[in-house]
Amino acid sequence: MFDSPLRLALGLGTGVVFGFLLQKGQVAKYRVIMAQLLLRDWTVAKIMLTAIAVGAVGVYALVGGGHAELHVKPAAFAALLIGGVLFGVGMAVLGLCPGTAVAACGAGRKDAAVGVLGMLVGAGVYVAAYEPVAALGRSLGTLGKVTLPALTYTSPWLWIVALVVAALAMRAVAGSRRPEGASA
Amino acid sequence: MSAAQVGVLAALRRTAWSPYAVGAGIGMLSWFAFATADHPLGITTAFEHAAALLGGVASPSLEHGSYFSAERAEGSPPKIGWEWTLVGGVFLGAWLSSRLSGDRPKEDVPALWAWRFGDGRATRYAGAFLGAALMMLGARIAQGCTSGHAISGVLQLALSSWIFAAVMFAAAVGTAFALFGREGARRV
Repeated sequence: MFDSPLRLALGLGTGVVFGFLLQKGQVAKYRVIMAQLLLRDWTVAKIMLTAIAVGAVGVYALVGGGHAELHVKPAAFAALLIGGVLFGVGMAVLGLCPGTAVAACGAGRKDAAVGVLGMLVGAGVYVAAYEPVAALGRSLGTLGKVTLPALTYTSPWLWIVALVVAALAMRAVAGSRRPEGASA
Repeated sequence: MSAAQVGVLAALRRTAWSPYAVGAGIGMLSWFAFATADHPLGITTAFEHAAALLGGVASPSLEHGSYFSAERAEGSPPKIGWEWTLVGGVFLGAWLSSRLSGDRPKEDVPALWAWRFGDGRATRYAGAFLGAALMMLGARIAQGCTSGHAISGVLQLALSSWIFAAVMFAAAVGTAFALFGREGARRV
């Protein structure tokens, strides 16, 4: 029922840093998320691609050294398609994603607090409708918990180098400008 | 205070950090999460477990139903764990950051929303509630969100997460343009 106090404290500390970074990165804001979805401001993409490239290097190094394991979700195609569409539509209406909604709530935005309540209700709908929804998610088959390197018989480091190059290229093209009108 | 302390304090009080610095920070935070908790950063599992536990309290028969038995079989029964305190921490960290910089909201209804749907609070709150519920339902069907799939899963090179990230952003961009159009894109 409960994790150990150490794990609970680690989660809290990790979360505080995560929330602090999201708020300083300006992405806990309706305007910045919508400006990305309307292709006007690329702050969200810059943060995500940098996080992915930096994260991949360290996580694969940890896994290679036997200090961690990968936690890959199953490639169940119907679940990913249906879930991805519902997620995208809902995100564009709310103007925040789950993590940034919690952060925006912490930063005092009332519509985000209402959103967090809506998220709890959405999770409740999933739990209540679990059996039919899970069956629907499996309906197009699954490739299981597979990674791209495993699927293509390539080294993960090939992919990681490509991600790092992509992140560096984005930075070179976009420069390091801060989002315009960061206060909204 | 030393010059270094003054510098750190000034950085913590700043409204915005470079997106590359923030991205690198989140990337290194995911190393920390894997190394200390053997867990990717993700937000929505905690919401699913909270809803399941609340549902279990409200209606104990649910605990013998399909959701609980499937999760037990997976070795991940709903619990109060690392994921919960992570979400609480995100709230606290954003609160702290916004307090230090004074970057707190002045308005209840975002300007872009008000331009399209009016500045009534009830309409915005209804939209936020329904959008959020739909988003979370989608996240749990696909087993992850922007953090769990689009950052943590993509960096693990998971096929599922690359598919989810592409579908999710295509649907979100399409919906944003359907709602706000090119005129909205100019005003945002």
